[in-house]
Amino acid sequence: MTIDAPPAATARGAGPALQPTLAELSRPGRGGGKVPHPPSDALDGIPTELRRASPLGLPELNEPAVIRHFVNLSQLNYSVDAGFYPLGSCTMKFNPKVNEWAARLHGFTQLHPLSPDQLAQGTLELMFDLQSELAEIGGMTAVSLQPAAGAQGELTGILMIRAYHQARGDDDRRDVIVPDSSHGTNPATASMAGARTVTVRSAPDGGVDLEVLRRALGPTTAAVMLTNPSTLGLFERRIEALLEAVHQAGALAYMDGANMNAVLGRFRPGDAGFDVMHLNLHKTFSTPHGGGGPGAGPVACADRLAAYLPGPLVVRDEAGYRLERPGERPTAIGRVRAYQGNVGVLVRAYAYLRAHGAAGLREVSEDAVLAANYLRARIGEGYQLPFGGPCKHEFVASASALRRDTGVRTLDVAKRLIDHGFHPPTIYFPLIVDECLLIEPTETESVDTLDAFAEAMLAIAREAYEDPDRVKAAPSSAPVRRLDEASAARQPRLRWSSAR
Amino acid sequence: MDVPDDLHYTPDHEWLRRAGDEGTIGITAYAADELGDVVFVELPKTGGRLESGSVFGTIESVKTASDLYAPVTGEVTAVNDALSSTPELVNSDPYGEGWMIRVRLDDGSAVDALEDAAAYRTRIGG
Repeated sequence: MTIDAPPAATARGAGPALQPTLAELSRPGRGGGKVPHPPSDALDGIPTELRRASPLGLPELNEPAVIRHFVNLSQLNYSVDAGFYPLGSCTMKFNPKVNEWAARLHGFTQLHPLSPDQLAQGTLELMFDLQSELAEIGGMTAVSLQPAAGAQGELTGILMIRAYHQARGDDDRRDVIVPDSSHGTNPATASMAGARTVTVRSAPDGGVDLEVLRRALGPTTAAVMLTNPSTLGLFERRIEALLEAVHQAGALAYMDGANMNAVLGRFRPGDAGFDVMHLNLHKTFSTPHGGGGPGAGPVACADRLAAYLPGPLVVRDEAGYRLERPGERPTAIGRVRAYQGNVGVLVRAYAYLRAHGAAGLREVSEDAVLAANYLRARIGEGYQLPFGGPCKHEFVASASALRRDTGVRTLDVAKRLIDHGFHPPTIYFPLIVDECLLIEPTETESVDTLDAFAEAMLAIAREAYEDPDRVKAAPSSAPVRRLDEASAARQPRLRWSSAR
Repeated sequence: MDVPDDLHYTPDHEWLRRAGDEGTIGITAYAADELGDVVFVELPKTGGRLESGSVFGTIESVKTASDLYAPVTGEVTAVNDALSSTPELVNSDPYGEGWMIRVRLDDGSAVDALEDAAAYRTRIGG
């Protein structure tokens, strides 16, 4: 395979290329033309001392130049609509377009967030149903749709746990325990909530070490945050014993639902004894992910925490659907988001749930796990697999032998993948694996795509032995070559300037 | 990987060079290599207290951010201010110009509990 040729799009003539900025494209006097110029006496009503002394310095371009600038910039995007995106821990699955149709219906887009309940019955019904369905999926009692992302869902859950302990006069519980394989948002959540993070080392099999956890638990433990399946793509086999130990210590159990794609319809965290969890609608439920989302991270909880869920929830009474009224549930921790959260995202997730049904969701988790295990076996032909199989929805591989034998690191492999037309997987995370690659194919990719990616990975491994410098210099065909990340972090240039 | 014989080591890859009742502390060449290009080092202030095993600072590379753990208990007597503008010294000269802090030891014998070069070499597999 020759991959020094520019990517296919270039053959079109235009191709992805870096664009000059609008300021660089600006020419004096060149304007939109379609916008009426103000009358010459427009400023007469404004006192002289309040007027600008110098022009504003906006770039001057005509409409085609502006449109081409942004369209060409957009061609530089890599998205799941453009190609395979195996970003471990992120569930970059395809977003079905029927979701977009639903979210664009006028009944949703034209609704003002302060509309009276009786004029918003359709949206409220959708939200009420979504609350119920997500509760069922989680094996929980109640759901708040407000949090705008997984990390905000985590913070919400930990604040609910804090309110629970405080309501019982149990004020000394300040510690939040997280495993060392956890997502960085877990300790960040604990800090934001005013708690102290206690990290426990994983057992050799990648799971949480029960004895280590037991020793860490005590009268100051507020909560334990677990991700199941873990960030290593492994199902926590000791979950029952772990949660029993947590509850015996008087602490509550938070489940990070980032990896629910692996267990939809098969494992309900509430059934296992978790007290509260979040669900990432932008991962598991196929709403747009990345580039700022927006996301949604609803929080689901068991009975004992339902009183503390942020309000207003959507409730149903004899008159129909309505939002909880101010003060109706005084134990609520308060709002965590303006209005009702990212409602457009909720509509997309609802469409996804309705399109799949319960049986479809079980197929999602089955296919996601099958795809991951297939790819894991193929990648294992050229890379190390530090944990025994099978995996769930994602898996950890390592380029440690490549580095030892050839000096080529995981970072180089990732950069070389760009030349092969693939978005690189997550690298150097989780931190506990040397030269780590975290790969998640999701259920939406065909076996042809999985094979093409595996072939690219194996070709890079072979190339590392034959021509390591070529791998270390990658990417060689992308619009931007290897970036100097160290200098960018040490001496960041944060302002564009024309003198460069 | 360079592991000087005259230093003391921790399992978390810090080194300590003892001179009388003072010890100079940094991270090992192995740790610097594993981290990759160091872009930021956060250190305590002179006069601060260190507790053995507790976090005394943070080091950030293009790859990850890690805590720095105190090998001994004592008082910080000097801090390598050069690292704030040139953190890359940790990569280029981890045992020299890349040093991090100097500490007056509460108990000089605490150094004996640290690993010697041979033990640390075994730990990092060579």
